[in-house]
Amino acid sequence: MDTRVTSKKLGLKERYAAMTRGLGWETTYQPMDKVFPYDKYEGIKIHDWDKWQDPFRLTMEAYWKYQGEKEKKLYAVIEAFAQNNGQLGVTDARYINALKIFIQGVTPLEYYAHRGFAHVGRQFTGEGARVAAQMQSVDELRHYQTETHAISHYNKHFNGMHHSNHWFDRVWYLSVPKSFFEDACTGGPFEFLTAVSFSFEYVLTNLLFVPFMSGAANNGDMSTVTFGFSAQSDESRHMTLGIECIKFLLEQDPDNVPIVQRWIDKWFWRGYRLLSIVAMMQDYMLPKRVMSWKEAWEMYAEESGGALFKDLARYGIREPAGWKQACEGKAHISHQTWNAFYNYNAAAPIHTWVPSDEELNWLSEKYPESFDQYYRPRLEHFREQQQAGNRFYSKTLPMLCNTCQIPMIFTEEGDASQICYRESDYKAYKYHFCSDHCKSIFDHEPEKYVQSWLPVHQVYQGNCFKPGTDPTAEGFDPLMAVLDFYEMNVGRDNFDFEGSEDQKNFAAWKGDTK
Amino acid sequence: MSVVALAPYEFEPRDVRENFPAPLIYIGWDQHQLFCAPICLPLPPGTPFGALGAAVLPGIYGFHPDFAKIDWTKVQWFKSGQPWTPDPAKSLADNGLQHKDAIRFRTPGLSGIQGSFS
Amino acid sequence: MSDVFIAFQANEESRPVIDAIVADNPHAVLSHPTGLVKVNAPNALTIRRETIEGLIGRSFDLQQIHVNLVTISGYIDEDDDQLTLSWKH
Repeated sequence: MDTRVTSKKLGLKERYAAMTRGLGWETTYQPMDKVFPYDKYEGIKIHDWDKWQDPFRLTMEAYWKYQGEKEKKLYAVIEAFAQNNGQLGVTDARYINALKIFIQGVTPLEYYAHRGFAHVGRQFTGEGARVAAQMQSVDELRHYQTETHAISHYNKHFNGMHHSNHWFDRVWYLSVPKSFFEDACTGGPFEFLTAVSFSFEYVLTNLLFVPFMSGAANNGDMSTVTFGFSAQSDESRHMTLGIECIKFLLEQDPDNVPIVQRWIDKWFWRGYRLLSIVAMMQDYMLPKRVMSWKEAWEMYAEESGGALFKDLARYGIREPAGWKQACEGKAHISHQTWNAFYNYNAAAPIHTWVPSDEELNWLSEKYPESFDQYYRPRLEHFREQQQAGNRFYSKTLPMLCNTCQIPMIFTEEGDASQICYRESDYKAYKYHFCSDHCKSIFDHEPEKYVQSWLPVHQVYQGNCFKPGTDPTAEGFDPLMAVLDFYEMNVGRDNFDFEGSEDQKNFAAWKGDTK
Repeated sequence: MSVVALAPYEFEPRDVRENFPAPLIYIGWDQHQLFCAPICLPLPPGTPFGALGAAVLPGIYGFHPDFAKIDWTKVQWFKSGQPWTPDPAKSLADNGLQHKDAIRFRTPGLSGIQGSFS
Repeated sequence: MSDVFIAFQANEESRPVIDAIVADNPHAVLSHPTGLVKVNAPNALTIRRETIEGLIGRSFDLQQIHVNLVTISGYIDEDDDQLTLSWKH
């Protein structure tokens, strides 16, 4: 009998090296610079790609195997949720508006991330970085799909979720996330990684995920909780990519430090502004509240972020330029953002409302330094007027910040009585900003931001009407024409929660005798 | 400073004057944040400045209980953050207002719902 | 000295992984946020395949933890036999 000779299998590290780095080569038919045209122009210097440490050594077949397992588990839960009419288990139909914010404003960003990582996954000369980016690209497409599936069940029963892709490209507040990601995707590959992998997926990620996921858990939304857990394991890979890429860039050459610092400044601020809508969701849209935005900021930004930037100090990196102002804003931005949606609820496919007395008291308790002084009086006034049949809807378009594209709702650091106005003159025109930091982003790359597609300006240019619309016709109503362009169901998707179809339906399904 | 790019990177601004039916003007009422932000309006340059308080702003700010109490002769105006004294009899253009100028007004003694700057 | 941590969905699959971590890392501390099991440890923690296999009575591929992993903090070193989180550079 022959003795079996067992061949030694490659260990994890060797397997990974063979299936990733081992598949790359120095091109000879064409020069490397032609095959990889984007990875030097930003001024980032890489001397040794071998120093890139792949955080998770997943080969492609391991990736597909484990992602496949996660998908089977997730879809089983989503199916069970649908079969059991899980939508009846939510605390209150007002909660569904948090999901509308999510499907309208967050889910499309997953798709943009998918495209962005697919691009950079081709552009780095380092194979380890390419592999990580390619996996992330597939992860992000997965998130786009699974979020859509998880929320699609609610779409059968509530308004405001049926046309989110169309709205993303047109509706005023959705230009905020859209412009954020288009700014990232149109930067070079190293800026993209600093913007998305580091600033968003590492520094700020918990401030997006925890409010939505714990909000879902507290409000009976099994479907979203399950999606959240399923996505989080992908996110842990993304986080490790984020911290690895920043470490790698800073260690490769000291000349990279000022470039990376500027990107951190820019992208921390853009990410912080983008999160205003999450702050509002957390403080106003969760009938069963978890923690305040301010508490979440203290835990996930000040504590974690503080430790992170202490660690990065050894490279010569300091905390982002807008850090202190962002911390000061924690007592204000949720209230200011809610007010914007309340004002402009005629033009937004979600519902808003004045919180109940119990909820107002919770806000007073969580915001002792700001709520009763600046925000409660207006909410009580709105309620009084609504009860008198005079619910306020603004019909005049707001001034927007040219960089973050949010209406100019933010106040001066340290003075919440005063809206913050900043401006720049560039080549014969004036541009306006909500803050020093949005202004500084513009001033550094004005040629980029003079191209901002600002929804308010586009409406006034006549670009937000359906083809064939005649603005000179008798009885022309520009607001209704814009809502028609948005393809919103007026009277169903928009206006106050009180009297909405969502409210009536939910009460009927639950057998409420009101 | 210009954008770091692989090719010439220069584009026509999206909001040049010619793209609009009239110059855009931004107007904000200080300390009245019940209105979440300043507003943006295209206003014909020949509009008399005084028409703002009399004809344009009531439709925008009339919801607020302070609005009816405004004494327009005592209102303080600001342009680009600096104190400014417009002539209500002159047009917007003759008052020096151009496309994308931002003006604010403050109404002394009126500081919002219960003095909350709302 | 900063903590490293790792968190899993609280379910039957992650149970032996958690038990293995606790067995191999005497300074690990568990907590139970909604739906999760989180393990904190000062400076470093190691997950050993052999320990998990001893608990479940069958072979185990360490990368299987990806299915239930929620979040992680620390630099990772992994091979077929162990995954270590640490703040060592």
